[in-house]
Amino acid sequence: MKRKVIDNVVAFILYLSSAIVLGILIWFIYTILKQGLSALSFNFIFGRPLEMEAGGGIGPELFNTFYILILSLIVTIPIGLGTGIYFAEYAKNGLGTRIIRLGVETLASLPSIVLGLFGMIVFVIGMKMGFSIIGGALTLSIINIPVIVSVTETAFKEVNPTYKEASLALGTTKWQMIYSIMLPCAFPKILNGINLAIGRAIGESAILIFTAGTNVSRSFPDFNILSTGETLSVHLWYVKAIGLIPDADKIAAGSAAVLILIILIINILMKVMSYKMQNKFFGKSKVI
Amino acid sequence: MQESLLSQRVINKRRTNISKVLDISMKYLLLAISLLTVIIIISIVYFVSKNGIKVFDDITVTGFFTSDYWAPDEGEFGILAFWRGTLILTILATFLGSLLGILCAIFISKLAPKGIKHLIKMAVDVFVGIPSVVYGFIGLTVFVPLVRKIFPQSSGFGILPAAVILSIMILPTIISISENSISSVDKAYEEASYALGATKIQTIFSVILPAALPGVISGVILAMARALGETMAVQMVIGNTPQVVNSLLEPTITLTTGIVMDMGSTEYGSTWSNALFMMATLLLVISIILILIVRTVQRRKINL
Repeated sequence: MKRKVIDNVVAFILYLSSAIVLGILIWFIYTILKQGLSALSFNFIFGRPLEMEAGGGIGPELFNTFYILILSLIVTIPIGLGTGIYFAEYAKNGLGTRIIRLGVETLASLPSIVLGLFGMIVFVIGMKMGFSIIGGALTLSIINIPVIVSVTETAFKEVNPTYKEASLALGTTKWQMIYSIMLPCAFPKILNGINLAIGRAIGESAILIFTAGTNVSRSFPDFNILSTGETLSVHLWYVKAIGLIPDADKIAAGSAAVLILIILIINILMKVMSYKMQNKFFGKSKVI
Repeated sequence: MQESLLSQRVINKRRTNISKVLDISMKYLLLAISLLTVIIIISIVYFVSKNGIKVFDDITVTGFFTSDYWAPDEGEFGILAFWRGTLILTILATFLGSLLGILCAIFISKLAPKGIKHLIKMAVDVFVGIPSVVYGFIGLTVFVPLVRKIFPQSSGFGILPAAVILSIMILPTIISISENSISSVDKAYEEASYALGATKIQTIFSVILPAALPGVISGVILAMARALGETMAVQMVIGNTPQVVNSLLEPTITLTTGIVMDMGSTEYGSTWSNALFMMATLLLVISIILILIVRTVQRRKINL
């Protein structure tokens, strides 16, 4: 009897803990949208920011966010995919592989501010890029490499080995097998990793303050990769923690709402894409 | 007829040669790409610590780490308040986050119906995507006023709101790694435990959890590394005052937020700037140590 009571109490605590986790998330999103949605307007989303007076927008910041995101992914994805494929298909368990793995793992939990300082020394000062979109994008690309590596490796290892054998038995080379069999099969899962990387790239700010800067270019849209590129996340932090504009609360709330909406939309889009691809390759029966 | 077949064979052979060359060159290309990561991490350590070490040209090592007097204008650089803030905040946040995260991981891997499991996993993915400045923004607009309301004599800024925010931020790391490790415990242990008459809860806590412990500990340590390095969210709620405090409700500072606050106003190469790089080096060293601990723990899979 006593055993049963304890069991039920513990089970209740476990249920409760998960309810709390879900509750926090729902409450978070609700709070942000409640504060921010009223601030959203055409002028706010596409307008230019103002330094001193109220009523500024976030147009250039939004543009820079996506520009830096795309540039950083162009660097991150090949490096991440390449390393992941190397780990899954070629690497033997020797000292060399262990060192590379240690490198990737260290990179994965590196404090982002440290990486920001590294980007500042190497790209901004060393290569004389100044606070720039390209400096920010290159530094940002480093932080996402480990995510893509680990997702790629896991996805490749989860592909049914008979596919591999069938391909090799038909006389393909190893690379042909990787490129035309493994990569398409693993891709829906890799897409989930890219999804995480996108979220991180959009939200990252500590890295970008000292590499992309806290100002936007005078012209908009400015595709020059050497112009300063404050992103939306940095802008949110800057107006709230340092800036001087009188309507900082409203700008910050609006920016937070826009960020959350972007993240949610991208999350849903990538999930749908991954699901569709999975169906295309494996049929409907497989669950994601 | 004969001739065309022959030329076809030559073409085929050439194709095979090309794909063989491609095959070998891809292998080395992939190896080169993987080595790139090692080069990046080595250069990060090199550049950051090279600048950091220079601070000891002007300041003594013991003075730097043990003095609580931080006044760059007077040439005084003691970082006791910074590392103490980081230490207390990290431990507190990891404790709170682990408590909730591990319980939630147990629930979704062993008790939750499939639908709820998917729901929580999806929620965890969304949690990962929320930018740290948005966490900071919520901290600033919700938690700080709340703390001020409960403790009217405090300003609301300090370690307490920072720890609460951080513990939520590290939840995804703890939940996903622990869940993974709990789910991968051999089913046979579980069944043996049931066969001996144990209840589900007894089985979870005395059989499954001990077997999954190395993975769970790895999750906690990785979460700790994340808490250690978090900057923006903490910066917005901790108050950023370089003072040693004995209360969770007084404004203080951490290593990461100190760097963010001061870096903009220093000249590259000055003692002040070098002091900030030394703080970054310290963070770098601690996070590398944490990774090494994780690797040791993971290698020690329990053999029952």
